Amino acid sequence: MYVAVKGGEAAILQSYRLLAEQRRGDEAVPELSVAQIRQQMKLAVDRVMSEGSLYDPELAALAIKQACGDLVEAIFLLRAYRATLPRLGRTLALRTETMALSRRISATFKDLPGGQILGPTYDYTQRLLDFALLAAAPTQPPTEPGPARPPEPPAPRVVDLLNQEGLIEQCPPPAGDPEPTDLTREPLRFPADRATRLQNLARGDEGFLLAMAYSTQRGYSHTHPFVGEIRLGTVAVELEPEELGFGLSIGDIELTECEMVNQFVGSQSEPPQFTRGYGLAFGHSERKAMAMSLVDRSLRATELGEAVQAPAQMQEFVLSHSDSLEASGFVQHLKLPHYVDFQSELELVRRMRAQALISSASTDSAATPDPAPASPPWTQP
Amino acid sequence: MNAPTLSAPLQAATAAACTSAPAINFAYLDERSKRMIRRALLKAVAIPGYQVPFGSREMPLPYGWGTGGIQVTAAVIGPNDVLKVIDQGSDDTVNAVNIRRFFQRTAGVPITTQTRAATLIQTRHRIPETPLREGQIIVYQVPVPEPLQRLEPRETETRTLHALAEYGLMHVKLYEDIARHGHIATTYDYPVLVNGRYLMSPSPIPKFDNPKLHRNPALQLFGAGREKRIYAVPPYTKVESLSFDDHPFEVQRWEAACALCGATDAFLDEVIIDDQGTRQHTCSDSDHCQQRRAAASTVAT
Repeated sequence: MYVAVKGGEAAILQSYRLLAEQRRGDEAVPELSVAQIRQQMKLAVDRVMSEGSLYDPELAALAIKQACGDLVEAIFLLRAYRATLPRLGRTLALRTETMALSRRISATFKDLPGGQILGPTYDYTQRLLDFALLAAAPTQPPTEPGPARPPEPPAPRVVDLLNQEGLIEQCPPPAGDPEPTDLTREPLRFPADRATRLQNLARGDEGFLLAMAYSTQRGYSHTHPFVGEIRLGTVAVELEPEELGFGLSIGDIELTECEMVNQFVGSQSEPPQFTRGYGLAFGHSERKAMAMSLVDRSLRATELGEAVQAPAQMQEFVLSHSDSLEASGFVQHLKLPHYVDFQSELELVRRMRAQALISSASTDSAATPDPAPASPPWTQP
Repeated sequence: MNAPTLSAPLQAATAAACTSAPAINFAYLDERSKRMIRRALLKAVAIPGYQVPFGSREMPLPYGWGTGGIQVTAAVIGPNDVLKVIDQGSDDTVNAVNIRRFFQRTAGVPITTQTRAATLIQTRHRIPETPLREGQIIVYQVPVPEPLQRLEPRETETRTLHALAEYGLMHVKLYEDIARHGHIATTYDYPVLVNGRYLMSPSPIPKFDNPKLHRNPALQLFGAGREKRIYAVPPYTKVESLSFDDHPFEVQRWEAACALCGATDAFLDEVIIDDQGTRQHTCSDSDHCQQRRAAASTVAT
């Protein structure tokens, strides 16, 4: 006799134990510390902070450890924690032109005030597995470290240089600089303004944004992009208490900013000029910032009078599907029990198959078709 | 010390943040979030079947696992409530167990598996067979709150269609089913019209359960966490399943009876019990089945 499924609770507790074992791996191998992850898996930590919408490298590293290295799961852990935090206020707009730079490149000008700073990048590495890293001993850096240098002085943003000639669109804050919608407190509504869209993209899944951005380069809405500038460095975060009248620095955060410059042939109201797409991410997240800036620009199609034809231009398509928590949750919920819906479909499919059999039989015998079968055989216990 | 002082609200907020960090609030959500959800619920009850957008929070369970239902439950549950959680009609499926554990841990309320004993029932995919009564609240977990989404994915469009009560798309879809198959080929999440006004998704309950929505004495609340929508059917509200005069709405029927309790009027799950694919039917509602068996054994002894 079949007994209805019982013991879900015991199974869940066992799965916790197995999960902990899987996370720890072979106990003969020393356990990773959160500090090690934070220091040695910086790019993973940065991605988790960006998409987790929380600048806290230690908690991001903890989430990565707890999630066994699954970054989407780590992002989820950080978001769920973030949702419990009180909102204390809002900061002033970041002034990225004051950034203490560790990397700054432009693909539009060979040289420019402030210069090109290559900084830490995989761009010109040759992707050969470094077997020296397999050895347990600490490795030597490939070249001798140079003398300690002071951080690079702040450099003007490339788009501001173009602005002096009036060749690039201005993007001033709207009148009164209204407080942006907080997507962590308010549901996303359509049509969404640019500030809301950027907020969504900043939290959006890197893989999704990358694919969307890539599609715009392959003919699904071409945006003629050039990297005006990518900069990486630290910026002060300032809060302005109500009655004070000026901002107070509450700390520095590391950011990657990308300004994409796009050719624009002009419209009835605007002369030919360059338009802008913007990307910003916590830490060192260039792929994310670049993809975001391409998608930001393509989502401005309506505003710039371009025909909306490709997925990357469609607000609802992009913004409703960019969040890794929402996408991962809904795709994976399919593994939850669906016995009831499946039972309903099973019954329907059997009935439709029986009807098809009956009508083909009745066609053969040229009898009058009757689509209602009487007590078909599969319904017998 | 000449450091500028923070404003009073900021100071209070900072102090609160420093002192209240580790403790989990009753039913997990902070009181401000609960108040936001209750406001949405009040609006939902005032406009039966209308989807109210709300600031859905990221819960410690994934989207798709019932975060909307969990948030609604968290917003309405009190220490005197008796909670029942079911998934696919059963209290023992893993997701129901997990959600029940969540509320036991965060709210410490008494729990039950008996439909009659519960004041608050959270459900996924079923309405209990035991009729609900006045004063009870049933909370549905909703994956896709927009009944028109598969016909028109753009929310900007469906919002307009609801505003105009323009539900032709859905009628055409049902008509096409009839034209192609001779009957309506929707078996669960079967669309309903609430209070003669709003088209509503009943969540993926089998259409077998649709008649229970109609003039139900309990308050029915629906939460969609990922899609950030809440809607409601107040007690005794008219809920019609869409149909045509010549193709009236019908529910599933089984020729079989429950192998455990012998019920013939309940929704039956089919299970495969051997390698030859032999099938057996049992009640999907585990409490209903248990009650019937208990009653039968009482009569027998």
